[in-house]
Amino acid sequence: MRYIRPLTIEDAVGQLAGSPGTAAILAGGSDLLVRMKGGFVEPELIIDIKAIAALSEIRETAEGFSIGAAVPCAVLGEHKSLRQAWPGVVEAAKLIGSKQVQGRCTIVGNLCNASPAADSVPALVAASARAVVAGPAGKRTIAVESVPTAPGRTSLAKGEIIEAILLDSRAPRSGDAYLRFIPRTEMDIAVVSAGVNLTLDEAGVVKTARVALGAAAPTVLLVADAAEVLVGSRLDEATLERLAKVCAGACRPIDDKRGTIEFRRKVAGVLAGRAATAAYQRAGGK
Amino acid sequence: MAGVAVSTTINGDHVEYLCQPDETLLEVLRDRLGLTGAKEGCGTGDCGACSVIVDNRLVCSCLVLGAEAEGRQVETIEGMAHGDRLHPLQQKFLEHAALQCGICTPGFLIAAKDLLAKNPDPTEEEIRFGLAGNLCRCTGYDKIVRAVQDAASVMRG
Repeated sequence: MRYIRPLTIEDAVGQLAGSPGTAAILAGGSDLLVRMKGGFVEPELIIDIKAIAALSEIRETAEGFSIGAAVPCAVLGEHKSLRQAWPGVVEAAKLIGSKQVQGRCTIVGNLCNASPAADSVPALVAASARAVVAGPAGKRTIAVESVPTAPGRTSLAKGEIIEAILLDSRAPRSGDAYLRFIPRTEMDIAVVSAGVNLTLDEAGVVKTARVALGAAAPTVLLVADAAEVLVGSRLDEATLERLAKVCAGACRPIDDKRGTIEFRRKVAGVLAGRAATAAYQRAGGK
Repeated sequence: MAGVAVSTTINGDHVEYLCQPDETLLEVLRDRLGLTGAKEGCGTGDCGACSVIVDNRLVCSCLVLGAEAEGRQVETIEGMAHGDRLHPLQQKFLEHAALQCGICTPGFLIAAKDLLAKNPDPTEEEIRFGLAGNLCRCTGYDKIVRAVQDAASVMRG
């Protein structure tokens, strides 16, 4: 096993692409070190990306935000304008683990770990977030929802590293929210979750919407039919009922010790409605 | 496995060590440097008994590689008291009997120190939330919360 700390993304990509055996990217390590300890993975090369300066920054431009792959979730919570623009994304990132874990864990790690229950992912998908992928052939930008392909698997090719997550700057009258169900009050894995992102017109009618469900299928679900239900509405009771029905129908959940299929379907609908209501209020709707 | 040479600062002292690439900071502290205050409870970041502060961030040292400490500032429980003079949190943990077996105590003290450094006047809820990454199976947490509240008021002066 070797540990390296490259100073540039090009070097990191080169080392990753040129590694003959299994290589692992280390940012916060809150998934990787647990998997190593459990014997589930034994990388021959560990590439610590935290010395690549650009990856430890949140950059704010006219287009929006670029969140580096090594930025811990605690820093997202401390970033005032990010919190104002994307409260749903930040509240989702802040739900991951304890304070100790918050100081290390990253949203890119959460995404690349490819757990169906990853908290930040439905919020990012609802927010139309994109991932900047650096690889041997150069850089490309892809939708966050195209990264996980199955539990524990991603669409990244050999040698590719996600270097940042991009979030657009906010249109007026926009809001997002993320909610999950856990049997405890804090620090647990989502049984099922929902992220909703809305933009309203001047009259308070939903103009655009994105609805994403977590832990409801092998990968995060972007439910276009649910968004269609919301568009044109003011989130009246009938709309929220239809939303719940559509979300419950879109789920392809599993039965496990944390929840049954029936429970997950039902709660997905409830959470989508509550997240939509919170997003609507944040967007200034009444 | 090739050893990694690390140069770091622990409790204000310059420290150099060699470690294996898969060795955690907790293992380095305990087994190479003799700093056995941080405890291994779960080894998977769930219990907080191995809490240390790295560059002003509270972390589980079981989820940090020893190699990652290069160039960082590490604070452990061993740096909390000044000689014989206990830190107010340590003093109040004693006075409130906020410990029984003591395994979780170094982690709680470090986490509470980090909490009060960032929020000198926390509510009870903020204390409970801020310390939720530390597990204690003896005290039922109440005495710990009282001790932190009392220490916070002493530290505010």
